[in-house]
Amino acid sequence: LAHGGGGSAMRDLIDDVFLAAFSGDGRAAPEDQARFDLAALMAHGDRLAFTTDGFVVDPLFFPGGDIGKLAVCGTVNDLAVGGAKPVALSCAVIIEEGLPVETLRQVAASMAQTARAAGVAIATGDTKVVARGACDKLFITTTGIGVVRKGLDVGISKARPGDVVLVNGLLGDHGAAILNARGDLALETAIESDCAPLNGLIDTLIEAAPGLRMMRDATRGGVAAVVNELAEASAVGVRLRELSLPMRAEVMGFCEILGLDPLYLANEGKILAVVPPEEADTALVALRAHPLGREAAIIGEVTGERPGRVVMQTRFGGERIVDMLVGDQLPRIC
Amino acid sequence: MGTDATDSQGTGEEIEVSGIVQGVGFRPFVYRLAHRLGLGGEVRNAGDHVVIRISGPAAARDAFAAALAHEAPVLARVEQVTRCPAPVPDGAFRIVASGAGTVSVGVVPDVATCPACRAEIADPKARRFRYAFTNCTDCGPRFSIVTGLPYDRPATTMAGFPMCPACRAEYDDPADRRFHAQPIACPDCGPRLWLEGGDDAGADPIDRAAGLLRAGQILAVKGIGGFHIACDATNADAVALLRARKHRPTKPLAVMADLATAHALCLITPDEEAALAHPSAPILLLQLKRDAPLAPGIAPGQRHLGVMLPYTPLHHLLLAAAGRPLVMTSGNRSSEPQIFRDDEARERLAGIVDAFLMHDRPIARRLDDSVARHVAGRLRVMRRGRGLAPMPLTLPADFADAPPVLALGGELKSALCLTHGTRALLSHHLGDLDEPATGDAFETARADYAALFAHKPAVVAVDLHPDYRATRLGEDLAAAGGLPLERVQHHHAHMAAAMAEAGWRRADGPVVGIALDGLGLGEDGTVWGAEILVCDYRTSRRIARLSPIPLAGGDAASREPWRVLLAHLDRALGRAAVDRDPHLTARFAGKPLLTLRAMMDKGLNVPSASSAGRLFDAVAALLGLAPDRLSHEGEAAMALEAVAEGEAPPYPFGLHAETTPAEIDPTPLFKALMADLHAGRPRATAAAAFHTGLAEAFVAAAAQVAKAEGLTAVALSGGVFQNARLLDEMVRRLKARGLAPLVPAEVPANDGGLAFGQAVVAAARRMG
Ligand SMILES: [Fe+3]
Ligand SMILES: [Mg+2]
Ligand SMILES: [Zn+2]
Ligand SMILES: [Zn+2]
Repeated sequence: LAHGGGGSAMRDLIDDVFLAAFSGDGRAAPEDQARFDLAALMAHGDRLAFTTDGFVVDPLFFPGGDIGKLAVCGTVNDLAVGGAKPVALSCAVIIEEGLPVETLRQVAASMAQTARAAGVAIATGDTKVVARGACDKLFITTTGIGVVRKGLDVGISKARPGDVVLVNGLLGDHGAAILNARGDLALETAIESDCAPLNGLIDTLIEAAPGLRMMRDATRGGVAAVVNELAEASAVGVRLRELSLPMRAEVMGFCEILGLDPLYLANEGKILAVVPPEEADTALVALRAHPLGREAAIIGEVTGERPGRVVMQTRFGGERIVDMLVGDQLPRIC
Repeated sequence: MGTDATDSQGTGEEIEVSGIVQGVGFRPFVYRLAHRLGLGGEVRNAGDHVVIRISGPAAARDAFAAALAHEAPVLARVEQVTRCPAPVPDGAFRIVASGAGTVSVGVVPDVATCPACRAEIADPKARRFRYAFTNCTDCGPRFSIVTGLPYDRPATTMAGFPMCPACRAEYDDPADRRFHAQPIACPDCGPRLWLEGGDDAGADPIDRAAGLLRAGQILAVKGIGGFHIACDATNADAVALLRARKHRPTKPLAVMADLATAHALCLITPDEEAALAHPSAPILLLQLKRDAPLAPGIAPGQRHLGVMLPYTPLHHLLLAAAGRPLVMTSGNRSSEPQIFRDDEARERLAGIVDAFLMHDRPIARRLDDSVARHVAGRLRVMRRGRGLAPMPLTLPADFADAPPVLALGGELKSALCLTHGTRALLSHHLGDLDEPATGDAFETARADYAALFAHKPAVVAVDLHPDYRATRLGEDLAAAGGLPLERVQHHHAHMAAAMAEAGWRRADGPVVGIALDGLGLGEDGTVWGAEILVCDYRTSRRIARLSPIPLAGGDAASREPWRVLLAHLDRALGRAAVDRDPHLTARFAGKPLLTLRAMMDKGLNVPSASSAGRLFDAVAALLGLAPDRLSHEGEAAMALEAVAEGEAPPYPFGLHAETTPAEIDPTPLFKALMADLHAGRPRATAAAAFHTGLAEAFVAAAAQVAKAEGLTAVALSGGVFQNARLLDEMVRRLKARGLAPLVPAEVPANDGGLAFGQAVVAAARRMG
């Protein structure tokens, strides 16, 4: 693709790629905006949820996914963890001059396929080509709207001492897969990104645990970031048990070599949920019954100790603090 | 009274004594001194000093004034004696009660049992024969029992022990050595001792405990500042069992022994003997005798042994009854903080010890044993704890107008520092802040010190590292109090600590600094730890550094020395040469070299670091002296120091002056090391040549900087300077070049001294 040609031919080419990919997803004539029937939306709930996210990833294609899949899942999941049924997405694409059209086609196809799987429409979009070096290959921004179920009120500040903390499966796969793909690390592993739309799984969870306090997708900063935010916002302590964290031996080995703490690795198909203690078992059973929750586990509980702090009980019976990091896991040993 | 009536009339003077003269038995000392010299008058506390009025002949008054400094109680520190003629009425010398509104006396460190009390517990006719809590104004618990101020019995953990009439009489008698000894106690009214666990109750708990120890059992012993875990230091099985239960495979264990036994175990110089017997009774690192009658597992691979003398009557009695040296290691599980509360001990130590030797005097705050070592002509503190804290340090005179600073220190070996004018309180060792319990204790200690010393900071000082928990706490405190926050680069703080302790004034300008350390975040976002700086108190410039290496895996590289060895060798010899060398292929057998190198190539969690600590790790690993994974910080460096023997010509380093900062390049060192490895040179010699080489490289570079900048003083600090051989070499070489080394002694060279350095930098910056 060339930048600056700006001609309508180029424009048409790009539009073609996306139009072709997204056609049949409910997008009608190429108006400047998508339009929704409010009455139809209100059938799903009583509040509108609205979110946006930018996606940059190196490499664009990685085991288990690609930037397109990521861009759809990320926004779908951000809507779903708020208790919303995702309805439609927009997507804005910034393309670096020189990116092969074929790459773009693959990404668009992946977005379309993921959107279909998640049951959302990609209802509007925009593309721009910029000069070489002005961006790195391809950046995608997706924005999504959804409708929040009536009566459901989940939030980061709603955890209480005694509540139970769950995740829906193996942690750290996405972060490890990306680093592995980026590094050519000579490791015999087949770690794949867990990138997946979680709205279906979340529907199941909400049904099983109506008292649900909060959900968050554990993306950047991993479980550590979410749990710290939760501890801070709810003014509670959180105690995690290292032995309960579901994690592939491969991911643990990978972290061991790279000197990374898997709790800080990004996930793209994992939610962390907090439920009242009496709903913990049903929540766990429901999660495990879902294909994306087979390895779900209770990983800890909310406490009244050390508000704002996350403490992990280590496999050796000791304790350590799990911090929110400012620096990038900078060395702390003197 | 008066020995010579003719010249005693109306001759009097007022003497003001400042320094550490309150709460240390100073007034009874003055009282006895005045009576001995036949002088009349009075003594009282006033503010933070003592005012004495005496009447008597001039010669006796002179003798009195001289003795004030020379014969002062062990705990006192007389800084200034000001004499001024004044009319003082005749009459027997007396102690005047401090008036209301007088500033309360300060808090002083705990003191090892004095000779008089030792004699008393050994005397079958004495009231306190074999009494484990005997003390007097010259000795006993202080900081470990204080719960509030003023320092008075109700504000100590002795509050629950009302004095019996006999103790009360001693307490009230100015001539008695227990006059106003707040923790005074006797078997009738004081704390008692008992044994929990083990069988047959009833017998004397000391004898029973000693019996268990002799039988190879492991005991928890409640002491002054916390619990120890004790076992027979001559019993290999007991030591192995203790290590297994405590999950402490190799870290050296401290031993408590009487002086005669200590002499049988270690070579002890007169200076070291004085340090052992000092009222602070630290754990002293002493050179182990080759045939020392000791279990082999005490200090595996070490040439040195940490030894302390018994410092409470309980210890004296227990040691005498056991009749052998005892392991006395801190009572905790693996890396957790030392336990100091009874219930916690029962719960946390249950799986480690067979019985508990308990007492009912509560410990107000945890105080680990202090650790020190005699190096380069001085006693150097490695851990400031019981017996040393909270003794204030004195800042150079031109800090008198500094605003009060609170400095939070580093992440590991954490300690706080509070300053007020030229007084600096460097707290006791608070531990490693990644443990939640230590984190809590750190915050408690901060509040504790602020309250005890009525300290209100005007400035808060922290490290540059954003993720040190101490930095976070400092940021929160500054924000909450609306106070300015000073961020101080790690090694600048290390240097400033050395300068301030040495009395270097702000007005004295810059010094050359040699920082040899583990890792500290630098101003450029990379990690530093082997730098030559030019710094004054306010600013610091980096002139040279050890060539940086990629630290593959961040902190993992500090735990696994082979990682830094690979980085150093790849850099010095090239990958192909490393892969061809049979010694190295053997050394790296089974290690994921390809992955590590890919990480370095792609920059995946690979901070760049110039670190002396990691250079020690690499060389130790190359010489086969480091395990794949270290079980405690400093393990590899300690092994390298322990193995070094004899004199050896220094290994060479390169110096690239053309880069900024200049680079001290270890490439020639690694080439020479490899050649010696191939030649089968003994590693004792190689280790010695490494120490000398590193010393020479940094001294030579520092000397160049000193010359170029017209400076003559060189500050040395950072954790690597706990290495006696290196420090000794560097000090000698600096002096030989006419440079004046400034080396910390009372302040730890490791991160335990960081807060002190941060505090002086912050103070200096605020003073402009
Ligand atoms: Fe340091
Ligand atoms: Mg997001
Ligand atoms: Zn005494
Ligand atoms: Zn008594």
